[in-house]
Amino acid sequence: MSAAISEPGAEAAETSVAVKKPSGGGLGRYVLIRFLLIIPTIFILTTLVFFLMRITGDPITAALGGRLTKAQLAERVHAAGYDRPILVQYFEYLGNLLKGDFGTAVSDGQPVSSILVNYGTATVELVFYALIVAFILGIPLGMLAAYHRDKAPDAALRVLAILGYATPVFFAGMILKLVFGVFLPILPVAGRGTTETEYIMSGVVGPTHFYLIDAIRIGNFSVLGDVLAHALLPAIALGILTAGVFLRLVRTNLIGTLEQQYIDSGRSRGISEYRLVTKHAYRPALIPIITVMGMQIALMLAGAVLTETTFEWKGLGFKLAEYLTARDFVAVQGIVVFLAVIVAITNFLVDVIAAFIDPRVRY
Amino acid sequence: MSTPENPSPKSAETAEATEPTDTFAEAAPGPGAPALAFDERAKKSWFSRLPIVSHLRQSVGLQRGMLITGLVLCGVVLICAIFAPLIAPYGFNQLGTSEGNFGSKLPPGGTHIWGTTVGGYDVFSRVVWGAQTAVAVIIVAVILSIFAGVILGLVSGYIGGWLDRILVVIADAVYAFPTLLLALVMSIAISGGQSSAWGGIAAAAFSITVVFIPQYFRVVRAETLRLKAEPFVESAIVLGASKTRIISKHIFRNATRTLPLIFTLNSSEAILTLAGLGFLGFGIEPTSASEWGYDLNKALPDVTSGVWWTAVYPGLAIVLTVLGITLVGESMNDLNDPRLRVRRKAKTKNVKPAEVTA
Repeated sequence: MSAAISEPGAEAAETSVAVKKPSGGGLGRYVLIRFLLIIPTIFILTTLVFFLMRITGDPITAALGGRLTKAQLAERVHAAGYDRPILVQYFEYLGNLLKGDFGTAVSDGQPVSSILVNYGTATVELVFYALIVAFILGIPLGMLAAYHRDKAPDAALRVLAILGYATPVFFAGMILKLVFGVFLPILPVAGRGTTETEYIMSGVVGPTHFYLIDAIRIGNFSVLGDVLAHALLPAIALGILTAGVFLRLVRTNLIGTLEQQYIDSGRSRGISEYRLVTKHAYRPALIPIITVMGMQIALMLAGAVLTETTFEWKGLGFKLAEYLTARDFVAVQGIVVFLAVIVAITNFLVDVIAAFIDPRVRY
Repeated sequence: MSTPENPSPKSAETAEATEPTDTFAEAAPGPGAPALAFDERAKKSWFSRLPIVSHLRQSVGLQRGMLITGLVLCGVVLICAIFAPLIAPYGFNQLGTSEGNFGSKLPPGGTHIWGTTVGGYDVFSRVVWGAQTAVAVIIVAVILSIFAGVILGLVSGYIGGWLDRILVVIADAVYAFPTLLLALVMSIAISGGQSSAWGGIAAAAFSITVVFIPQYFRVVRAETLRLKAEPFVESAIVLGASKTRIISKHIFRNATRTLPLIFTLNSSEAILTLAGLGFLGFGIEPTSASEWGYDLNKALPDVTSGVWWTAVYPGLAIVLTVLGITLVGESMNDLNDPRLRVRRKAKTKNVKPAEVTA
């Protein structure tokens, strides 16, 4: 495969046939291997989390330790099976996970799997909005910085990108709340919608729990506007960090592509500078963005925990913080493992997409 | 953040050697080595070869500005950390003087230049003391993770086999896990989510350590694998040097050249992780030490009622600290990478013709 690509001197008709077949097989094999690699990853993480969470004791004592007598505690611990050997519990836990059973929260008695379903969508929606913010801000600004390399706009944008990285999402969120909620009260600063919106949403038949989709489905545009207004500040707070990463990546790679000969040849043919940057040079510079997307989404999920707490966005992160305060480690463990699985799957998808676009990634 | 962009020293050197414009002024110095002319290189002292000092000498213009800004910010944080008892007017857990309590949510001004918090602490004092906590956590966390990561990376890369495979799979799994979540789990495991004075700092530091070990492990292991095939290692094997000696003498020094860069990147991430833990209520109790993330958590309800000073000052402390460290790291990264380095213009006139012809 690589030989065919690195020898452009070979005849065109032959190479096109020769390249296509092995590269298709290579991709299939790569996807399969990459998919099989998810299994040990998830297994290791689940094992790690399980044993780490149990080092300090069983979840019932942790959650209710101060409130019950010793006899009551022992009874509850026995009923839940936490007094059995740890390995027995571990294998039972793994078996339950395979069935999609994440255990039952100690503090409110809800099955963790239903918490994941009910609140997970809100987190996914937030990450989706934040990604849009990151793309809208990061890519054009990165192009601008690369084009004005080492001049004033570049310096300013790079400092901005570093500032975006240096600002913790919750502090960015608090500043946004302060500016747009208190000093200049034009945007809502808490929740996913007004009480009215929440009421309408609770009445939606067959809800997807994605407020954006549900609002469009019921065709209520005032609700749609409200949902988007509520999403704006959290999305900016969470998106700024990734926007900075995108900016830097686009800048570095675009500087590389702008030095290529095909750009010079385009310029000599009279193509406008704007078109050169936005059409000719930026496409190859986008590939690295796809390859870091996996890491970025993992970062965003962790950032979502903090953003949701800041904006009272009722998602998994918000619930995680609540259960942490309640010291409900069954629920915490469930949410953490679930997020780990999501990250592993996202990384897999991103790698496959990257391999599909850029053959060099494949083994 | 930008570790993947960092090219291996070998490729950096070759790239430099093939670039025609700099063959004269900077004759193939390795990454991290100052770009000086031939005669100057001979007499450079150990001081000028230190990572940051050499970078400072090498830098020009904007890059030098960034590096100096970063160093100044880091210096301020360090001074605050070391001299906190002298700088801060009150203790981090002091609620009042002999004349009575400070009072809650006092606006900035008067005896409290940055105001007081909901709990009645002096904001300025807590921010200054917070620097101490941050520096302590960084030092413990980063040193521990470098120690563990470098040893594991060297051994795993040099010995290979099943040990290597297992360690790589584990490191990759941990590496892909969101750092904050892992730190949360670790902090539950270490302290059960509760924290005492130094226990809290140690718990936070250990939690962050575990997150960073895979990063050092990956970098050092990759370098070790590359160095293993180098002739000088082979000749050491032929001469009968033991594995321990080869790893500690021949490979260690060469494999750890990029570590100062990862060190700065990790220090900033360590602060953010510590603040994140504190914000989720896993911080250090206000009576045992001051921690910026915890203060921000307590300030969250204030923001909507317009009490800005309890949030803005600790938040800015985090931003400026991370900014300082990141600026230093960024500049070092750029200066190590010949493609990104801004070159010093040739000063002497007799150099110019040579450059034009080249």
